[in-house]
Amino acid sequence: MGFFLETLIGGLMSGVLYSLVALGFVLIFKASGVFNFAQGAMVLFAALAMARFSEWFPELLKFDNKLLANLLAFAAALAVMVLVAWLIEKLVLGRLVNQEGITLLMATLGITYFLDGFGQTIFGSSIYKIDIGLPKDPLFLLDGVFQGGLLVNKEDLFAAGIAAALVVGLSIFFQYTGTGRALRAVADDHQAAQSIGIPLSRVWVIVWSVAGFTALVAGIIWGSKLGVQFSLSLLALKALPVVILGGLTSVPGAIIGGLILGVGEKLSEVFIGPHIGGGIEIWFGYVLVLFVLLVRPQGLFGEKIIDRV
Amino acid sequence: MLYRENGQFKTSYEADQQIFPILQDRIGIGLLLAFAIVGVPLLADEYLFRAILIPFLILALAAIGLNILVGYCGQISLGTGAFMAVGAYAAYNFLVRIDGMPMIAAILLGGVCATVVGVLFGIPSLRIKGLYLAVATLAAQFFCDWAFLRIKWFTNDSASGSVSVSNLSFLGVAIDTPVEKYLFCLGVVIVFALIAKNLVRSHIGREWMAIRDMDVAAAVIGIRPVYAKLTAFAVSSFMVGVAGALWGFIHLGAWEPAAFSIDRSFQLLFMIIIGGLGSIMGSFFGAAFIVVLPIFLNQALPALGSLFGLEISTALVSHTEFMIFGALIVFFLIVEPHGLARLWSIGKEKMRLWPFPH
Repeated sequence: MGFFLETLIGGLMSGVLYSLVALGFVLIFKASGVFNFAQGAMVLFAALAMARFSEWFPELLKFDNKLLANLLAFAAALAVMVLVAWLIEKLVLGRLVNQEGITLLMATLGITYFLDGFGQTIFGSSIYKIDIGLPKDPLFLLDGVFQGGLLVNKEDLFAAGIAAALVVGLSIFFQYTGTGRALRAVADDHQAAQSIGIPLSRVWVIVWSVAGFTALVAGIIWGSKLGVQFSLSLLALKALPVVILGGLTSVPGAIIGGLILGVGEKLSEVFIGPHIGGGIEIWFGYVLVLFVLLVRPQGLFGEKIIDRV
Repeated sequence: MLYRENGQFKTSYEADQQIFPILQDRIGIGLLLAFAIVGVPLLADEYLFRAILIPFLILALAAIGLNILVGYCGQISLGTGAFMAVGAYAAYNFLVRIDGMPMIAAILLGGVCATVVGVLFGIPSLRIKGLYLAVATLAAQFFCDWAFLRIKWFTNDSASGSVSVSNLSFLGVAIDTPVEKYLFCLGVVIVFALIAKNLVRSHIGREWMAIRDMDVAAAVIGIRPVYAKLTAFAVSSFMVGVAGALWGFIHLGAWEPAAFSIDRSFQLLFMIIIGGLGSIMGSFFGAAFIVVLPIFLNQALPALGSLFGLEISTALVSHTEFMIFGALIVFFLIVEPHGLARLWSIGKEKMRLWPFPH
């Protein structure tokens, strides 16, 4: 039982991180109808920027304060992501208005290739560390109930806390600010939003920047856990089933989908994996999603798809 | 002046419905085929065959298969690499496990296995549409990657996980040299391209296109969505499977599952988007573009660097390749979202009017 709970908690923790990446997908899809394959590349790019800036700033400005270095690097990386968002809107999406979904999908794949190459060209391609001072030591819970207690990583707890705060912050931003209202209006109906004077292109820049921000946070958390390296960009492939499971248009769906998949992956890997050869993590999420879609084609929380002739 | 159909009167239904109704097209295609069969083997050297021509032909075949599914029937698939892998591994198992199995039969049977898997993973398309379907087909990709890596039976229990074939022959003629390989692939591609071209202009092709344009409306006028979608998946994955078997047998010789990874799926999707969705001709254009571009960049970048006196490291070359590749994809999508095939047909229209455009 203790082992089961430990696996469950581990799954929830990695699920939170999947949700973070999935959130970026959903934000962009809702606001611009673009299925943004480049989210993973954005995570890598943001994490690379953060890691290298936090190395470069202390050297360049001759100070030795980790907190200051991290804060500066965070601000600089965020600025870079906003710039990337602006460039993507100006150079790519603004010119592909009214194209079919698959063309836009391919365009974001092109962006993926570009960002992967560009990030590694300017920031280098070895493995870098991000150290934002998350505690690494394990924590034992419920010592009295189970023998030896439940082993939980403090780092994971902090990560989950940050992710939860981010989600709450984003919800408030979407619900209660003017910009958030504009974003929701665009998500609802492009043309109607435009006709009452909401500038589409600015909304897109904002939404891509917000997605870049979530990519940065996800990149920092994953990066401080596993190191910043090329494999971070493969996170997109891990987060795809999450988005589809929760529904492409639903923010809560991304969170809950992420948790379900995180738990499902870990449990299946531990309890089913050994019987059929191991390594099933990689496809378990997709196959699970396949069956969910057979029952609910729009995902768990997506808007119902209505076909009219 | 030279390219127009004035004066070519059709006097029978057969003449009216042939693949290339314009005489000049028939002559052009005939010349092209003659050049490909006779001229290229005389002119090209071994590097050209190995690095460009053979991959181009095989990937063009796979692109035609994918184009039938995505371009004609409108079902986006990201699992093409998996269907290629099924074709390759099934063909390998038929060849190795059954004594005296002719290679061409093994390749076609590989295609049949890919068909079965393709239809299986195509079943969700009856419920799921668009981008949801695209992600669902990724299930095929990851599942097959895993199966060929972990289930030892598929790889004939080879220790390293990679498989290889040797002593290929077709109807008693050995296929060893690059020229023979090229001619074999060319033959297969010509046959399948003809089949595909005829399929898409027959009633089944029209059903696919009706489903693509609006499936509810198509169902209303009496087209069976189940039948149309599943035949598209079947035909498409058969061709993709055959292409996969050729890729393993003829191009690689020895391969591991990584040869058919998700990158391959994306690469094929790029081919049909850049070439042109819903165009057999476009599949060839796209395949040529995507095969040649990385080789060109790989050669051109160091040369360009040395021109300016810069030493470019291999890592930098590969990163720059990524960047230029991505940027070019985006550029093409912006400039011509309908692909190279559209440019081709615009060119043909211009030729018809030339030199009196008004």
